[in-house]
Amino acid sequence: MQEISIKVEEKLYQNRYMVDEGRPHIVVKPHTQPTDALASLVKICPAGCYSRTETGQVEIAPDGCLECGTCRIVCAATGDIEWNYPRGGYGILFKFG
Amino acid sequence: MSETFDAIVIGAGPSGNACAYVLAKSGLNVLQIERGEYSGSKNVQGAILYADALERIIPDFREDAPLERHIVEQRMWILDDKAHVGGHYRSDAFNEEKPNRYTIIRAQFDKWFNRKVREAGALVVCETTVTELIKDGKGKVIGVRTDREDGEVYADVVVMADGVNALVGSRSGIKKEVAPETVALAVKEMHFLPQDVIESRFNIGEEEGVVIEVAGSVTVGMVGTAFLYTNKESIAIGIGCLVSDFTEAQVRPAFLLEKFKNHPSIKPLLAGSEVKEYAAHLIPEGGLPAVPQLFGDGWMIVGDAAQFVNAVHREGSNLAMTSGRLAAETIIDAKKAGKPMSASVLSAYKKALENSFVLKDLHKYRRLPKVLHHNKHFFTDYPRLLSSAAETMLRVDGEDKRSKEKKVTKSFRSTRSLGGLIGDMFNLARAFR
Repeated sequence: MQEISIKVEEKLYQNRYMVDEGRPHIVVKPHTQPTDALASLVKICPAGCYSRTETGQVEIAPDGCLECGTCRIVCAATGDIEWNYPRGGYGILFKFG
Repeated sequence: MSETFDAIVIGAGPSGNACAYVLAKSGLNVLQIERGEYSGSKNVQGAILYADALERIIPDFREDAPLERHIVEQRMWILDDKAHVGGHYRSDAFNEEKPNRYTIIRAQFDKWFNRKVREAGALVVCETTVTELIKDGKGKVIGVRTDREDGEVYADVVVMADGVNALVGSRSGIKKEVAPETVALAVKEMHFLPQDVIESRFNIGEEEGVVIEVAGSVTVGMVGTAFLYTNKESIAIGIGCLVSDFTEAQVRPAFLLEKFKNHPSIKPLLAGSEVKEYAAHLIPEGGLPAVPQLFGDGWMIVGDAAQFVNAVHREGSNLAMTSGRLAAETIIDAKKAGKPMSASVLSAYKKALENSFVLKDLHKYRRLPKVLHHNKHFFTDYPRLLSSAAETMLRVDGEDKRSKEKKVTKSFRSTRSLGGLIGDMFNLARAFR
């Protein structure tokens, strides 16, 4: 596969958000070892919201979330995350959609 | 709010707007609740508008709806890493007085549609998220709870038009959670270019548009497709694959989009453009087997929330609008007859869907999701074989044509075997029948 360098943060920079400070709409439940489902989110979240900590846990910074619901569906069976829509009016505000 | 409405519609996308509009137009007391700042702010689509479905709701929509270009040319491309093989259909017949398909920009279009809903007399409340359904002691849905203070509202019937994630229905225990094999994750960018550049690049006149639908090696072996649509001053480009395939293959969606944008057949079309938005959204792709129970005591489900997408033909918004309209008509008929909004009365909605293209088309392709899921080589081997066959036949290098034909036949048989080829043809033909 040819190497293409991409920075998702640069893509998200184009978008408009209304961040609900201090009230993340997605929370990763405490864990020592992530399940395969949870670990997969580090790659497949289209907004790159998930990352690994130095000690191997998966954490989330949902400010750039596009509210697609992929992580919710992938982790529905394992229950690794708590997922809600942001409060009304907050979150991604698509200019074009 | 302590008032009881005739109907509550959750969501202001195509299905919710269609439903609320038809209900309000008939004089019913309608409340529509949308979690975004405005209708469209949470919605993502390619996007193609199919005129017929909207025309049956707002016949003169062309007068003021924000439309981008009507489509005069469809390109269907199979890609391998270096080439595309494809079929094009372009016709001047599409330059008609009332064109059949348009490109649209959803945030603008939905805002317009929702304005029509308000003008028809519905009460539209935005920036409010519905958290769950309220049921009475017998399990009949009688209202919704929202994230507003004292945010409980009541109605005779609740229509869930809350989109593919359909949280309200699954959290209230009336529908199953969406499975990763039945939804695709699509990512999309908006690329801006001057109008005249788009028109010369795609060989089109003012107002005319081109659609490119793509399958092949760009999805790196996953079940999925890609697209490129021309708007007036922008190009929408996107790619989507099944969520279950993303988790298995561990491919970054943004990488996939970048790879598609850099394909030699696509890159020149985007050259010099300015990107103004990156979006992601789920698309229901499970077809008929994934459609949930559609109605019950005091509730109905429409649009993406009901998995109404015809993945083969890339249709969704028309199924959404049509299901929203049919749900509204069912409610209006029941009201007129003075009947309660019980499951047996609302079952007329499902009958209406069965008599429309919505469930007829989903029934026609009911086998396809499974066939594609178990035959990934449709997205890997065939694009490569087609491309190398074309290259072999077109390259003039002193080799005689019969030898070239033999080479092509051999390449197909050695990759898929004769039995495999026949099986593929049979499976595909059956799935499309």
